[in-house]
Amino acid sequence: MNQYPWWKNALIGLLVVLGAIYALPNVYGDNPAVDISGSGPTLSHQTLTRVQAILTAAHLPYLYAGRTAKGIQVRFRLAGTQLRARELIAQKLGSDYHTVLALAPATPRWLQALGARPMYLGLDLRGGVHFLLQVDMQAAVHKTLTEDARALRRTLRRHDIRYREVQMDKTADSVEIHFRDAAQVDAAKKLIAAKFTDLQAVSIPNFGLRAAMTPVAITARMHYALQQNLTALRRRVNELGVAAPVIQQEGDSRIVVELPGVEDIARAKEILGRTATLEIHMVDGKDSIAAALAGNVPPGTRIYYDRHDEPILLYDRVLYSGDDITNASTGVDSQNGQPVVNISLNGQGAAINSRVTQRNVGKRMAVVYVEIRTHLKRTSSGVAIRGPDGRRIRITHKIEQVITAPVIREALGANFQITGIGTIRQARNLSLLLRAGALAAPVSIIAERTVGPSLGATNITRGFYATLIGFVAIALFMMVYYQVFGFIAATALGINVVLLVAVLSILQATLTLPGIAGIALTVGMAIDANVLIFERIREELRNKNTPQAAIATGFSKALGTIVDSNMTTLIAGLALFWLGSGSVRGFAVTLCLGILTSLFSAILVTRALVNAFYGRRRRLARLAI
Amino acid sequence: MELFRITRDLPFMRYARTTVFLSAVLFVAAVAALVVRGINFNVDFTGGTVIEVQFASATSPATIRGLLARHQYREARVENYGTASRLLIRLPTTGTNSKVLAADIMRLLVVKHPGATLRSVEFVGPEVGSELADQGALALLLVAIGITVYLTLRFEWRFAVGAIIATIHDVVIVLGVFALFHVSFSLTVLAAVLAVLGYSVNDTVVVFDRIRENFRRMRTGTTAEIIDSAITRTLSRTIMTHILTQMMVLAMLVFGGPVLFGFALAMTVGIVVGTYGSVLVASPIVLWLGLKRDDLIPRKAVSVDRP
Repeated sequence: MNQYPWWKNALIGLLVVLGAIYALPNVYGDNPAVDISGSGPTLSHQTLTRVQAILTAAHLPYLYAGRTAKGIQVRFRLAGTQLRARELIAQKLGSDYHTVLALAPATPRWLQALGARPMYLGLDLRGGVHFLLQVDMQAAVHKTLTEDARALRRTLRRHDIRYREVQMDKTADSVEIHFRDAAQVDAAKKLIAAKFTDLQAVSIPNFGLRAAMTPVAITARMHYALQQNLTALRRRVNELGVAAPVIQQEGDSRIVVELPGVEDIARAKEILGRTATLEIHMVDGKDSIAAALAGNVPPGTRIYYDRHDEPILLYDRVLYSGDDITNASTGVDSQNGQPVVNISLNGQGAAINSRVTQRNVGKRMAVVYVEIRTHLKRTSSGVAIRGPDGRRIRITHKIEQVITAPVIREALGANFQITGIGTIRQARNLSLLLRAGALAAPVSIIAERTVGPSLGATNITRGFYATLIGFVAIALFMMVYYQVFGFIAATALGINVVLLVAVLSILQATLTLPGIAGIALTVGMAIDANVLIFERIREELRNKNTPQAAIATGFSKALGTIVDSNMTTLIAGLALFWLGSGSVRGFAVTLCLGILTSLFSAILVTRALVNAFYGRRRRLARLAI
Repeated sequence: MELFRITRDLPFMRYARTTVFLSAVLFVAAVAALVVRGINFNVDFTGGTVIEVQFASATSPATIRGLLARHQYREARVENYGTASRLLIRLPTTGTNSKVLAADIMRLLVVKHPGATLRSVEFVGPEVGSELADQGALALLLVAIGITVYLTLRFEWRFAVGAIIATIHDVVIVLGVFALFHVSFSLTVLAAVLAVLGYSVNDTVVVFDRIRENFRRMRTGTTAEIIDSAITRTLSRTIMTHILTQMMVLAMLVFGGPVLFGFALAMTVGIVVGTYGSVLVASPIVLWLGLKRDDLIPRKAVSVDRP
């Protein structure tokens, strides 16, 4: 008799049901939404009520408005409403709040509770901009080496080691130092070994040393540069207010930035290139701020304002800037528990810092936050003004704000703290921006792609209908050709698609158009397994086997063939995944996963269904195959 | 319903020379097409800028080509994309920023063709393109090696050689078709070619599996007869699977739109050639390589027979 033990049937049933549940969110799709977050600790209930009032007053219908872990989310039915609502909310709430366009899954609550989410749609289906950025690693290494050369000179001088020259050898990625005698060479070598762990010095002719970065240091430096740039770009993209952006590393020196829904490449580029940085000025303590405010600003100084709009008079000269900051992190002051930002400076910054602070103990030094921002020029009613060429006019302005102006108590070096920042969150934002402000290595755009949203929508419909038509044609053909068994195979095929979609949704894989092609192809391939099994069963029947025996032998004999033949396709799929990028990778993922789900559905599900139809019948005269 | 109820084994191997000769002719033709016409690599591989423009009404590529040529864009290639009112304009890599380039071209177009709208801009730097081509070639090579190793382990080296030759034959013919008709070869098409590789081997393995089984089961019969029997018995499955997969791919070709066209075309050609190749190229090669019953009977049994 052809029967699976009860637990096997139950397991298959359970998997199919789970697959159906996790595939279900894709039916609901996404709702356009606006996410609102504040610079304060949490958003109050009042803010929510205010947002609701703003929307109601403007007659903008929304599906849902509520508080989330990150702030407030409002969902809409139409993208048009979403755009208008965001503009309105941003305008009415003011700059203390940050509004971001988002896509919120329209998945029912009970499904969300199970962790079921729809598949993530790729750019070719959603529309948007894709950038491939090349990080100039050579520049990152050279930059470090230049700093090292500077530090070497200083350290050698401090230790009274006389050198003739220290020079960068750009081609060989090393620094060459020449001395007057062998004793100095040895002393310098020992010093480098002790103080410069990133460098490795070897002797060269004419009392020389060649110091090169160790491979470990180079790798670490490149890794740092890439991570730094990723952080910087992520931070900047967040400022764009794009729904579900993708910013990820590709290979060891590239970064992919995908901005769904963005069509204006110029704007995106502008944001990616934007900088926020710090400038350090000395405070003018001699002259009166009141006199300056009255219009009598002393030459060489300027009036700045701090967070509380208190004026402060600073000297124009920038001592050093964010470019000299190599790292910034958030911490807590051990004495008073206040948030602080720890700043590390490079050689140049450290040298200036120690020189200036040494000479100016007792005076005040100001840390100024500088950001270049652009925004649309608008009329008083909020409508964007267009220039003669039809483009919207943008205004660029510089935001300068004094973060803190502490009294210098002692000479500082390469590391120091900024205090008086406010909340821990603001401290975190500041350190993030400081890191973000300084790109560790220059980037250049080496590929870009724009897909209009209408094109994305066309692609998804086309892909979907092509797959559907192919599926229906296959199902009909199977039912005509293999009758009951064909019906079973078509059912298993449907389950295969559901399972594949479920796995892709659980993994949150990106669905691209080639990915849809991959799904379609798997459907074609999955049916091959069923054809193999059915042809075997027919063969066994022709050989005068009883129907029940024919089913059992048919399945077991076809199994080896199915595994072997799918394995070769799997090898091809894995190679594609390993070497491919972007949309090809999407294809490879669906192909590989599709092979696995099709093995399950074509063998186990089909067998379970065949058993259910025929397995119990002792006197089975013929099979409808 | 049953279309192929074949009672006697068909003598495929008797015509092996003819079928392989036909394949060889096709193969040579494909190579000739590749050499003479070359593959029409798209921007994914060559680098450059591609601009997709939607016109208000049907517009001929020649008109636009002429218009662009009069304004310093002599190297622009223009072709229809999907519908008659939609065109793709390709420009080789230049120093100019792609955004500026697209804006400049749109300005030229809008003057003569009001209502023309920019649908998409794509820019690929030359270094990315050549790297992709290298990676594509590497992927093909790796897949070929992987499959050879797998088949040698699971079957026998003769099968691996037969399968690989048949597969290379399939892939080259698919590429040849792309060269002959100058169809744009994109990254997606490369993915399809690799899928063809997988599919073609898949098909071959099914036949090989039956050959191995026949050797173990049939006590008598020459190698040729055993191969004939294997092909005949799997013929029904071969044709059925072929028809079913082809249905899906045809649906993509007809309804999938221009983006999927290249992919579906490669698959369509690949499935036809792959089916032919696995049956009528791979099997004769295995026969000519001198496959014998002993090669497939487990070694252990042989050593037990000898005292």
